[in-house]
Amino acid sequence: MDIYLLEAIINGVLLGGVLALLALGLNLIFGVIDVVWIAYADLVMCGMYLIYYLNAELGWPLLLACAVAIAWVGALGVLVHILIIAPILGSAPINQLLATGGLLFFLQSFATLLFGTDFRNIGVRLPILEVGGIYISSARLLAFAVAGAGAVALYFFLRRTFVGTAIRAIAQDRDIVGLMGVDQRHIYLVTSAIGGALAGLAACLLILQYDVHPFIGNTFGPLLFMICVLGGLGDMIGGFVAAFVMSQIIAIGGYYFSTELSYVFAFTFFIVLMFVRPRGVFSR
Amino acid sequence: MLSLAAISAGYGTFQVLFDVSLEVPRGEAVGVIGPNGAGKTTLMRVISGLVQLYAGAMRLDGRSVGGLPAHRMVEQGIAHVPENRRLFPRLTVEDNLRIGAYLPRARRQCTEQLDRVYKLFPRLKDRREQLAGTLSGGEQQMCAIGRALMSEPKLLLMDEPSAGLAPLVVAQVFDLVHRIRAEGLTVLIVEQNVQQVLDVVDRAYLLEVGRIKLAGTAAELKGNDFIRKSYMGL
Amino acid sequence: MTPQHVMIAGLALALVALPYFVAPYFMHLLIQILLWGFVYTSWSIMGRFGFVSLGHGAFMGVGAYVPALLWNYAGLTPWIGIPIGIGFAVLLGLVVGYPCFRLKVVGHYFALVTLALSQVVMLSIVAARDVTGGSLGFTPKAVGHSWFALQFPEKIYFYGISLTLWFGGLAVWYWIDRGVGREALDAISEDEEAAASIGINVIREKLRVTLISAALTALGGAIYGQYMMYLNPETVSGIAVSLQIVFAAIVGGNYSAVGPTVGALLTISLNEGLRVAFGTNFIGAANTIYGILLVVFIIFMPRGIVGMVQDLLSGRHRGKIAFYSAIRRPSSADQ
Repeated sequence: MDIYLLEAIINGVLLGGVLALLALGLNLIFGVIDVVWIAYADLVMCGMYLIYYLNAELGWPLLLACAVAIAWVGALGVLVHILIIAPILGSAPINQLLATGGLLFFLQSFATLLFGTDFRNIGVRLPILEVGGIYISSARLLAFAVAGAGAVALYFFLRRTFVGTAIRAIAQDRDIVGLMGVDQRHIYLVTSAIGGALAGLAACLLILQYDVHPFIGNTFGPLLFMICVLGGLGDMIGGFVAAFVMSQIIAIGGYYFSTELSYVFAFTFFIVLMFVRPRGVFSR
Repeated sequence: MLSLAAISAGYGTFQVLFDVSLEVPRGEAVGVIGPNGAGKTTLMRVISGLVQLYAGAMRLDGRSVGGLPAHRMVEQGIAHVPENRRLFPRLTVEDNLRIGAYLPRARRQCTEQLDRVYKLFPRLKDRREQLAGTLSGGEQQMCAIGRALMSEPKLLLMDEPSAGLAPLVVAQVFDLVHRIRAEGLTVLIVEQNVQQVLDVVDRAYLLEVGRIKLAGTAAELKGNDFIRKSYMGL
Repeated sequence: MTPQHVMIAGLALALVALPYFVAPYFMHLLIQILLWGFVYTSWSIMGRFGFVSLGHGAFMGVGAYVPALLWNYAGLTPWIGIPIGIGFAVLLGLVVGYPCFRLKVVGHYFALVTLALSQVVMLSIVAARDVTGGSLGFTPKAVGHSWFALQFPEKIYFYGISLTLWFGGLAVWYWIDRGVGREALDAISEDEEAAASIGINVIREKLRVTLISAALTALGGAIYGQYMMYLNPETVSGIAVSLQIVFAAIVGGNYSAVGPTVGALLTISLNEGLRVAFGTNFIGAANTIYGILLVVFIIFMPRGIVGMVQDLLSGRHRGKIAFYSAIRRPSSADQ
């Protein structure tokens, strides 16, 4: 096999890691609260800007900036729920979608106001590893590993803790969890916080590899939605699998053609699969 | 222990219960019978806090509990086994039981409670890792009851425990109710199966079209002509 | 002739006479308001029934780029190029819409699919940068005043064109509103399964409004391109435009004919106002405000400005603001 193709495939897998993490977050929120945060990718953008600001402009150590970002985006998640989602929980689902759309608009424009449209970089250059003739960015490898760890941590949280089990339960039967002493509102807040924290974690991983600019959310947001729909909205495992499938298409498509064209392929693939199984190809 | 006074309740503008009053004395088993659509399930949901009452008073051990949401009612010691079991289908049996002990005070005793429930329902222990959605009807009922018991309630509400179950299993379920009562639990059962429930409770109420039509001890109601003709086919 | 008819005739007359009284700068604004109003109205033709597309930027982009490309590379007159562009947009709508509707992809799923669609169209335009100029934009060859090329330096021509388009858009809106299919669409938007069970051909009805909406949006994009004489993938396609369309239609009032135009009035005025007041100092200010407004409107005034005005005038109690019930007499039509 062509060594460069292999490299592209491996990079695709590594990229898939962060996307999978984000898909988990989005699906978690949808599964529990039944809302899609259209602005999810832009929450990641917020995290990236915070890290940039703390690290590159204020000089804070990178690890600290990342930790703060995770907490901060988690808090943003809670804020989003309280201010935007909770007031319209009873409305038509499409209204909830549109409201988070308004948030997307707001976040992107506000970032433009604050930072302008320039691309910003934190100037961290992690070494490129060479393994058997293949060049792998260690930043990407690190991102994959951390994303994996995050996913595992989420898994154990959902499986082993009381709150985690309550989250899984509420996704299956919202009405009666109260009978077990579970406060629905509390669980919604916890879920929003976790969703935000996952986005914050993704921000840490992405800022190592990419420049941040106000519209960076548009580069992977639609891809993320395609991934979640493919995997079945709310289906954590489906989304996880779909993330790797789609990133492979992007990686291989990008290798043979251009990045933009690879997105076109991914979308075409997505549409074709909608013919096959509209509720998500990889969902149960 | 539990007393309802002139409860009116419903869903939005659709009123279901009109001026309902009943008493559940401590340590007793009380039944509520009546036809479909009478409001029996709504009554259960009002007591457990899933549905808010329009008017009236509800007291548990003298304390006013009307208007509390469901998760606070559980704190007060009321556990509700919902109609149709309503287990979490994609959680294991053990997870379903464990979530029953979600309350902070119940979490500490979770392991002990789990043991107690498994002793009460050995079949559940065999199936603890199985997904709850794959259990048989009778096993699901046991699991639902077990889940409710995990919160160490003072009062257990059971909504149509015999619904959809084979007669043999129904008998098992009611036998269970006896055993639960033997442990000292106060029970309020809503049932369509009049014969069986009147054999297991101390007193009962007849609910028709949202109003209490009759009340009395089980024996009195069993002997009542109207009940015998309309609900027992005699 | 009802008073309403007189009002409409008077308004039409005023609009037609307007250009003779205003400066070119204001004409430019008016043309934008009319064109964007037309586009927003086209969206709300399907949006009002709950078929919310977050991807109308795709149709607008296709409608704008196709005739422009055909003109520059093949010398094809926009009179033919525009219908071809509309055809492509309709085809796109069909290719994406049919599987969605056939397979009951609705609500969230549909919105997300359309969102991805608009992004993909934008990416395709950028990817074909050798042909389309990519992110740098595309300029149709200017030939001065020409009916063949549909180019007119004098604003009054495009004023007339956009006015006609705008009226046309309203006419289509009313045609669907008063038409035979209206009740079917209402039924579908309420409960698809139930509608299907009483014999309504759900797929056909949904496809019909979708394709009409796509076609009109593409037409709006095409005329916009002809007027501005400059196309940029970010301005006529992509997520931002798609959301802007939704925003304006909702804030203006999604459930009335003129609502979207009110939305256009709002967005254009806001843009211009900010530009005049702050110049290039606060890029992003306008959209920041849109974002906040969209959220606020969804929560408090989901029927938009026009809807709110309608409610105030008719005295019905709707919406969540208790304030209104305090200043109006209670009505028996409480829901």
